[in-house]
Amino acid sequence: MIVADQKPIEEILQMLEPYKRVLLLGCQSCVAVCMAGGEKEVGLLASAVRLARTSQGRPIEITEGVVKRQCDDEFNDLWRETIEQQEAVLSLACGVGVNKLSERFDLPILPALNTKFFGEVERQGIWTEVCAGCGNCILHMTGGICPIARCAKNLLNGPCGGVRADGTCEVSRNGPRPCAWVLIYERLGKLNQRKNMEQLFAAKDWSSDRHGGPRRRIREDMLL
Amino acid sequence: MIDSTLKRALESKRFVVTAECGPPKSADRTVIEKKAQLLKDWVDAANVTDNQTAVTRMSSLAACAILKSLGLDPVFQITCRDRNRIALQSDILGAYALGIRNVLCLTGDHQSFGNHPQAKGVFDLDSVHLIETVRRMRDEGKFLSGDELTGERPAMFIGAVENPFAPPYEFRALRLKKKVEAGAQFIQTQIVYNIQRFREFMARVGDLGLLDKVYILAGVSPIKTPGAARYMRDNVPGLDVPNEIVERMEAAGKGIEDKKARAEAWRQEGITICVEIIQQLKEIEGVSGVHIMAIEWEEAVPEIVRRAGLR
Repeated sequence: MIVADQKPIEEILQMLEPYKRVLLLGCQSCVAVCMAGGEKEVGLLASAVRLARTSQGRPIEITEGVVKRQCDDEFNDLWRETIEQQEAVLSLACGVGVNKLSERFDLPILPALNTKFFGEVERQGIWTEVCAGCGNCILHMTGGICPIARCAKNLLNGPCGGVRADGTCEVSRNGPRPCAWVLIYERLGKLNQRKNMEQLFAAKDWSSDRHGGPRRRIREDMLL
Repeated sequence: MIDSTLKRALESKRFVVTAECGPPKSADRTVIEKKAQLLKDWVDAANVTDNQTAVTRMSSLAACAILKSLGLDPVFQITCRDRNRIALQSDILGAYALGIRNVLCLTGDHQSFGNHPQAKGVFDLDSVHLIETVRRMRDEGKFLSGDELTGERPAMFIGAVENPFAPPYEFRALRLKKKVEAGAQFIQTQIVYNIQRFREFMARVGDLGLLDKVYILAGVSPIKTPGAARYMRDNVPGLDVPNEIVERMEAAGKGIEDKKARAEAWRQEGITICVEIIQQLKEIEGVSGVHIMAIEWEEAVPEIVRRAGLR
């Protein structure tokens, strides 16, 4: 899923500063699952904003809502009338939702979240990046563990020298994480596929990643 | 024909010495000139680090050109952290045009450790790709993309690094093999403090049949203080400092009240340990020389080389 984090309330209040009538619009997809922008979070954020603005002596009129998927006009259009009555929309969707609403409606669409990564649920309350969406999957060669997403230097030919004695990576901004290549090495051992790591892995073609410019997928057979 | 002093020294089969020359955090060329004077008569070649630990410094390419003009044989360290494949290949061509004949291909320390942790890391290629790219430019006259060079090829002596002291230990010799297959002709290793583990690594390298395919220079570094020894033991991933070395450093300063005298006693012990390690390394099959990384302590290099009987 797409994992996101709510922005600090101070930053949200600053964005809302010029407005007196806004819609807080959540999304029931990924960001609801990762507890950042679903119905519950819309309610909590609306209360916090109302409280802060009332105590500043500048009350704000907030409408609360959620759509099934903010990345699709079909669902956003159900909210058209409400949206058009606002001064601004504070979106609790990922950045895709913010972009989508901005393409459709002529009013400011503000991001309540910082969109972070594609992640798995590592365990309750912890989400971890495991795929980088590079557009050219090599997971069959690496035991299903992605070095592009999970190695800080996206190495393709085995671990660098910065592995700690316990097998964790020296880059540990969000707490110690296992070295992706140590994981791959162990996994390939179990699968009897260590040969994959012994051969030279060619330089990656990054044009399928964002470096080829903004990406698009077209399915001719689906076009109307 | 590769016109490298380092290559000729290694081919002569005598025990070779290289040393690290760290560029300044300034535009002051006299820093390089002074270090060059210190090292000149004691080393076969001098490595210039490339924004080591991701701290911005004078460019390794520029500092290499200065060393070259002063009669040293520079080893141009080039990392994949700050350059994509376009810039890497461009700098290889530029380095050769400036007379630089040795290149050490590295992935590079992660930007989060340096003085610009907000930086965007590049990592377009990894070190193995970079080795292969330089080899291709030199031997096939082609860029990584297959596009042809249109004139003189960069006849570089190609180096790489390996760290025997980071997990998975059994894979480290295989990783070195990959680098040799990609085109590495010499290897400079991580600093050796744990001789036993290094012996095991070299035995694996030997078992893989690599000893006649690549020259291996073992990394060494003199320790200045017991604090530095403890810090490296406890906090630097990929370094393996046995307790025995920490204890020797601590013992060296015991009972010496005068601060200056104590610091000097520590330094002497650090140099002694370094010399002893070199003497043990000389006995290991396949070790062609040492690479001395006296970080911001280049003054120690002549004494180490002299006491180890290498000059």
